[in-house]
Amino acid sequence: MDINTRNIKVWSTIGSRATLGIAAVELAKEIDELMVLTCDVSTSAGLDRFRKTYPEKYLDLGIAEQNMIGVAAGLASENFNVVTTTFAPFQTMRCCEQIKVNLGYMSQKVCMVGIASGLALGTLGYTHCCIEDIGVLRSIPGIVIISPADSLETIKALNSAVRSSKPTYIRLTGGSNNPIVYDKDYNFEIGKSITLKEGEDVTIFASGASVFQSLEAAKILEKENLSCSVINMHTIKPLDTDAIKKACKSKLIATVEEHNIIGGLGSAVSEYKSTLSSSPKQVFFGINDTYSKGGNYKFLLNKHGLTAEKIVNDILINLKN
Amino acid sequence: MKKNFEKIKIIEDFALNIRKNILEMALAAGASSSHFGGALSITEIISVLFADQMKIKKDNPKHESRDRFILSKGHACLAYYAALSEVGYISKEELKTFEKDDSNLLGHPVINRDIGIDFSNGSLGMGLALGIGVALALKKRKKDINVYVVLGDGECNEGSVWEAAMAAPNFKLNNLYAIIDKNNFQQTGSNKDIMDNPNLKEKWSSFGWNTKEVDGHNINELLSFFEEGRTIDKPKALIANTIKGKGFSFSENNNDWHHSVLTKSLYEKGLQELIK
Repeated sequence: MDINTRNIKVWSTIGSRATLGIAAVELAKEIDELMVLTCDVSTSAGLDRFRKTYPEKYLDLGIAEQNMIGVAAGLASENFNVVTTTFAPFQTMRCCEQIKVNLGYMSQKVCMVGIASGLALGTLGYTHCCIEDIGVLRSIPGIVIISPADSLETIKALNSAVRSSKPTYIRLTGGSNNPIVYDKDYNFEIGKSITLKEGEDVTIFASGASVFQSLEAAKILEKENLSCSVINMHTIKPLDTDAIKKACKSKLIATVEEHNIIGGLGSAVSEYKSTLSSSPKQVFFGINDTYSKGGNYKFLLNKHGLTAEKIVNDILINLKN
Repeated sequence: MKKNFEKIKIIEDFALNIRKNILEMALAAGASSSHFGGALSITEIISVLFADQMKIKKDNPKHESRDRFILSKGHACLAYYAALSEVGYISKEELKTFEKDDSNLLGHPVINRDIGIDFSNGSLGMGLALGIGVALALKKRKKDINVYVVLGDGECNEGSVWEAAMAAPNFKLNNLYAIIDKNNFQQTGSNKDIMDNPNLKEKWSSFGWNTKEVDGHNINELLSFFEEGRTIDKPKALIANTIKGKGFSFSENNNDWHHSVLTKSLYEKGLQELIK
């Protein structure tokens, strides 16, 4: 794909969901036996162009996610390269046991894309918001979990996952006008975190749309004379443990994600950290194990302390105590 | 006519050997017990498929032109393993490792294409969706290969079975066969007592399948379903009326044998009944 300033702006404006559709069209040109499966959400997943351009590579299973995963696994068992996509709760939890048996236990290589995960669909309530998907899937052996930081990283993640041999879940967060983290091309490797900013006092590990908020937080903290590392932990499983080991030199580690603080990136980081003989305190930014009242995306980010300002505030408090 | 007679004799012998192997494995399983009844109810179905209808290469379980088989009611794997042994993919010695530590042959099939097991099954309601994916892949490649999925009648309680049942006719999968083992029992009682699900033939027909109902232990009737199916341009469903525990006086229609321990004396009694 042509990665240039103009395209990056366009992808950012349309958001990661619509970008997914563009990426799928490009992939289909190169990958002969690509199949894209969905459950009556082709428009939401940005797949209308794909559906028209490649009808033979497209399959709508209707509103039946369990069946979609089974069909995807059957196609994969015959070496088709399959991408499934629907809204994150239905892509992961509605068909969780099908994922366990077919993709986990049987290792059928399917790339699942959960659209509009996290808090982006806040006005629709928590049937459609998704704060549990990482926790649920992280407990299934063999499944790679990626949460791209912006629209360009969505393209990179899809490209890498489709070309890898492992079943993968790509978790898309953020809405349209998705802030740009990467304004030019860069090297993306599954399982290898990316240090976006180096600093000594605090290390922030973030994934998905929270990466941008974390970068903004680091800028504010700098004004308070605190130097911050910001690490894009785009792959939550397998976890880049070297990056965590390195971060233990900081005074404080923070994890930031649009996910329940139980089971997500924060849990993954702390699980590894607890195996080390000494490590700094960790602050968990995320949804504090609750279903709050709904509202628009910004309202919910603010409510759950996931904006740059709130992150700064909590980091300062924790550094003092 | 003579040819048909010979064919039936071959399938009958295959079924007899499956039942012998089931006895051996159930005995070897010992106290860990085995799903005995539901394996015996599909014995003729499995025999017609593996001894006659399915294209398989005896010297290569992974041959790409093989017909695909999915045991969606994975707990009935005693009959499946026995068939794979009759075909030559699993040795008689290995059969006796059934449910033993580190065995390839657990109480539900685990994917292992070296011995002819194409998929892992055991969680009910998942096999038909897999079958659709496989059938679609084969049609896309324009291969003349069929996909056979064996389901239980109890399994048809699962909503996911009906998601798949709805989808297959939409995709015009004339290479897909669903065989429903209607033995009228499920784990803790009769279908009627637990979750009555009557009129299966009408249900599958109304979902768009070409559906037939036969005696699931009658080899001729089973053969005619598959043979007629070759020219029908739809997915095919068979309601196979069977007897749970078929073949042994102590287990027929006795749901205690859903999952039970075969003692040495019952093993010997069973063997005697088979020889007669």
